[in-house]
Amino acid sequence: MSRPVDPEGLAARFIDLEKHETTHDRQVWGMRQNRDKAVADVPEWANLRELASQIKEHTLTHLDQYLEQFEQNATKHGTHVHWACDAEEHNTLVHDILQAHGVKSLIKSKSMLQEECGMTPYLQKRGIEVTESDLGERIQQLSNEPPSHIVVPAVHKLRSDVAAIFAKDIGTDPKDSDPHHLTEAMRQAARPRFMAADAGMTGANFAVAETGGFVVCTNEGNADMGASLPPLQIASIGVEKLIPRAQDLGVFIRMLSRSALGSPITQFTSHFHGPRRGGELHVVLVDNTRSERLGSADFWHALKCIRCGACMNTCPVYRRAGGLSYGATYSGPIGVILDPGFNLEKYREIPFHSSLCGSCSEVCPVKIDIADQIYKWRRVVAEKGLLKLSKKVGMSAIGVVLSQPKLFHAGESVVEQTLPHMPRFLLYNQLNPWGKHREVPAAPGQTFRQWYLKNRRKNP
Amino acid sequence: MSSRDIILASVRNNLPQPAVPLPENPEVQRSPHVGEPILAYFQRELEAMGGRSFEVADTTAAQAKVAELFPTAKVICSVVPEVPGTKQLEAALDPHDLNDVDVGVVRSRIGVAEAGAVWLTEADLVVNALGVLSQHLVVLLDPAAIVETMHDAYGQIDLTASSYGVFMAGPSATGDIEGVIIHGAQGARSMTVLLLAPKRFDG
Repeated sequence: MSRPVDPEGLAARFIDLEKHETTHDRQVWGMRQNRDKAVADVPEWANLRELASQIKEHTLTHLDQYLEQFEQNATKHGTHVHWACDAEEHNTLVHDILQAHGVKSLIKSKSMLQEECGMTPYLQKRGIEVTESDLGERIQQLSNEPPSHIVVPAVHKLRSDVAAIFAKDIGTDPKDSDPHHLTEAMRQAARPRFMAADAGMTGANFAVAETGGFVVCTNEGNADMGASLPPLQIASIGVEKLIPRAQDLGVFIRMLSRSALGSPITQFTSHFHGPRRGGELHVVLVDNTRSERLGSADFWHALKCIRCGACMNTCPVYRRAGGLSYGATYSGPIGVILDPGFNLEKYREIPFHSSLCGSCSEVCPVKIDIADQIYKWRRVVAEKGLLKLSKKVGMSAIGVVLSQPKLFHAGESVVEQTLPHMPRFLLYNQLNPWGKHREVPAAPGQTFRQWYLKNRRKNP
Repeated sequence: MSSRDIILASVRNNLPQPAVPLPENPEVQRSPHVGEPILAYFQRELEAMGGRSFEVADTTAAQAKVAELFPTAKVICSVVPEVPGTKQLEAALDPHDLNDVDVGVVRSRIGVAEAGAVWLTEADLVVNALGVLSQHLVVLLDPAAIVETMHDAYGQIDLTASSYGVFMAGPSATGDIEGVIIHGAQGARSMTVLLLAPKRFDG
């Protein structure tokens, strides 16, 4: 049995770093605000959302056909197409390709799928030097941490943290935390790695069945550098990334970066159809639980996700707790509904790392019912008997009280009379996580029921 | 059974029901962009993405603009007839040899107003790495070749015609350290669009 990750404990650690929490909250909420401005600029946004949702649902309900079509067309362009059932097969396949080409050093751009597969540690153990080329992802690699956000991987770090990491790794002045200087220093340090790399790897944001190509969106242009310098390029693509036609890209590209950062498009939107002149291109199509999820009436809609991160930016829990508190590859609301699908026992606490406010469902560009799915995962956890003891005890007590009105009203009056006189240690102790970082608001002079009986009963 | 067949069989077994039809025309009904000429729209969005643009009257003006903007450039690699460079580029060149390029000069055939983006393919770049290894990128663009939205752009492009094609909207950028926007993270530090119709060579 896997040990469950403890989002509460991990979140507490982040919240205790007060400056980190406030900076993180401000920055992530800023992305949400930029998203709102960008969306307001597109009067047809509601139509786009509906279209995007329908195109994804259509593709997923015909996924076998589109996968075959993609393979056929990609092969026509000279792309080598491989298939991997799970993470291990993906890693083995990639390693085999790299070995066959005598690759010693690999430069890669950000890929959540490669994170999910644990590819980098796998390759490093086998003697291949792997360099993340996205700045945020490189910061995370040097910190030995997974990305905390799917678009901005190091968003939970302060500039001073980055200065300390770069000072150690690339010899910058530890006292200089100017983001311009740090970014320039990493540019200088990364260039030789790009030049020396024997292979480049990317993920894919979209794979187009009709054309047999795939699209990678970055802001740094790092995927394009990794694809255009070494003679060998490999892309890892989850089977859910398929879309039918080139013209469908118009819908998704218009939505992706507006939802993510509030810009109309990423700086680079790169289309790969076959190897570049003199190069070789491999694509690995990865299942890794996706086909199984497709068969789940409650959860298959999560496969529509285009990884924009809008749900994370709007989530009150994510903003305060930080992405590492999920202890999983995917964080934020989308992580809450993806992670338990990979390992229910390990991630059984994650569905409770949410206030169920529903804001995620509202901002999702492909209309995934995220909040509903969070609730449904809670039910799955309860049905499998995986609820934490404290939740079980609390829930059954609540069940008894709520099913007996007399007991509930008696309880209300007791709380009303005793709360103002309760010693602090009774409210703010280790047994009550709600008492951490929170003060109980002053109780009103009467309960709602008392007010109602007094004011409304007499004039119906 | 191969992994391919296992995955396809598992997908088939698990296809959600009922099947959802494909929307006929993904080009959405959109409100026309009123009150602003398309060129101004493009220029405004490009600037918001960190790029800049200049209308130049002719080839001489284009050359003068490049000289004015990059007075200290040592290596200029141009693949357009309008602007002479100092470095020759042939398709067979090893892309690593472009690491010394200060300014790359290319021509895009499509601009997209709503994104402030230009479309560049392997045919336009000659060697793909030119677009990202150059310290600065200059892109010539015919103002008549600007379309309004990404839908329009995809409607004009045949993706299968080139192994590589990129919409570039401004220079390389990052906000990975505390959200501070910085240009020149990995690719070009600046992107300049010179608005100029292609030169006609008669005979």
